[in-house]
Amino acid sequence: MSSGKSVILAKAIAYGIASVALYALLFVYAGETVELARRTREGETILFLVPIVVAFVFSFVHGAFTGFFWVAVGLNPAVKKKKKKK
Amino acid sequence: MEAVTFIQIDPANALQLFLVGFVGGMVSGFIGSGGAFVLTPAMMTMGAPGIVAVASNMCHKFPKAIVGALKRHEYGQVDWKLGIAMGVFAEIGVFVGKHVMSRIQDAYGDVGTSLYVSIVFIVVLATVGTFVLRDAWRLYRAERAGADVHTHTVTRAARYLQSVEIPGTMVYFASLKARMSIVFIAPLGFATGMLAATIAVGGFIGVPAMIYLLGAPALMASATELVIAFIMGLGGTIFYALDGVVDIRLAMIILAGSLFGIQLGAVGTTYVKDHAVKLVMGLIMVIVLFSRFFYLPGYLASMGRIEPIAPQTLAMLKMLGDGTLVLALAVGGLAILWALFSGMVAHRQQHEELAAADGIED
Repeated sequence: MSSGKSVILAKAIAYGIASVALYALLFVYAGETVELARRTREGETILFLVPIVVAFVFSFVHGAFTGFFWVAVGLNPAVKKKKKKK
Repeated sequence: MEAVTFIQIDPANALQLFLVGFVGGMVSGFIGSGGAFVLTPAMMTMGAPGIVAVASNMCHKFPKAIVGALKRHEYGQVDWKLGIAMGVFAEIGVFVGKHVMSRIQDAYGDVGTSLYVSIVFIVVLATVGTFVLRDAWRLYRAERAGADVHTHTVTRAARYLQSVEIPGTMVYFASLKARMSIVFIAPLGFATGMLAATIAVGGFIGVPAMIYLLGAPALMASATELVIAFIMGLGGTIFYALDGVVDIRLAMIILAGSLFGIQLGAVGTTYVKDHAVKLVMGLIMVIVLFSRFFYLPGYLASMGRIEPIAPQTLAMLKMLGDGTLVLALAVGGLAILWALFSGMVAHRQQHEELAAADGIED
């Protein structure tokens, strides 16, 4: 395996572990998230920030993981190659 | 506001949400618009009230959209200036649309928002879906007849709008390769946002508007829509989160699947022709529209607007609606995967032929 591919694979694994950890936390604290939404409805409006911040963090970590994952499994975009001009 | 209920999430429906998110993401990455036309009804099918389904959908959409936009920026498909211009007006539309939803929730409760979302779905999908499908079919036939369909053709309406000079409002947009007045961008952006706040899929107006009324190529329109989706998704999520109707569990499970899907769909666009994007978009829109028909009698009966319906009839209607939704998912997913893999095979063959030709020349 070339060093470029090894780096991609290492990044995919690292971000993958981080992503799994985040989802494990969400699973453990699922009840609390429902409770936070209820408290927001009841007037603690500052808590609206919680879903926004959670969404940004998850998208950064999980988005990086999925990006590296597809490259690691060999799915690359089409590269246009033009015919040589004679 | 009426009491809002969050659904129970168990491993089975979490897996369902993940898979629906994956296909929805793939559709988003490919045709630009949310994929939420599959996700919103899917969440409602699992029992989430319309307002929670739309709010949670928006919350998963904005982070997904920025990931997709950055990916497609790498392929040179994003017009950031047009995306930001449309996005700003879309944000105003989101605000108005969300206000309408909240008023309906106050007046009629969960079933009221579900009915409203279903009706808007049917009207918009029937109108835009038929138009997009007809255009895709026209391009397909032209291609079969040997016409040059690789060159993007600007519609007469777009040529007219581009020709109108309104002093002080003209801006050059790279995707249009022309100047366009902000006066025309504003209502299109507003309508996109209004629809997004209602059914979480503003792209059903935004993408066709950019193609047919502004003159952008389908690939660039679908990529630019992701920028609009990010701007209004973030704004919409803030509005809904302030009301405490965002179910972050639903949103993040869908995001897990959809980030896998959106990158696959984005890569897929680099292997297909412009009309393939339109074909897939039109196909899915029309199938999803039929799924919502089956739920309408149940909502109307719950609101006392029509005679009560026998439980077994309701169960059958729900099964038909769910089945049609699964069909839309399957058709969309398979169409994109087929376009991706057949495009990859053709691309590889072309490269091998070019490499062989290079070898002979060298």
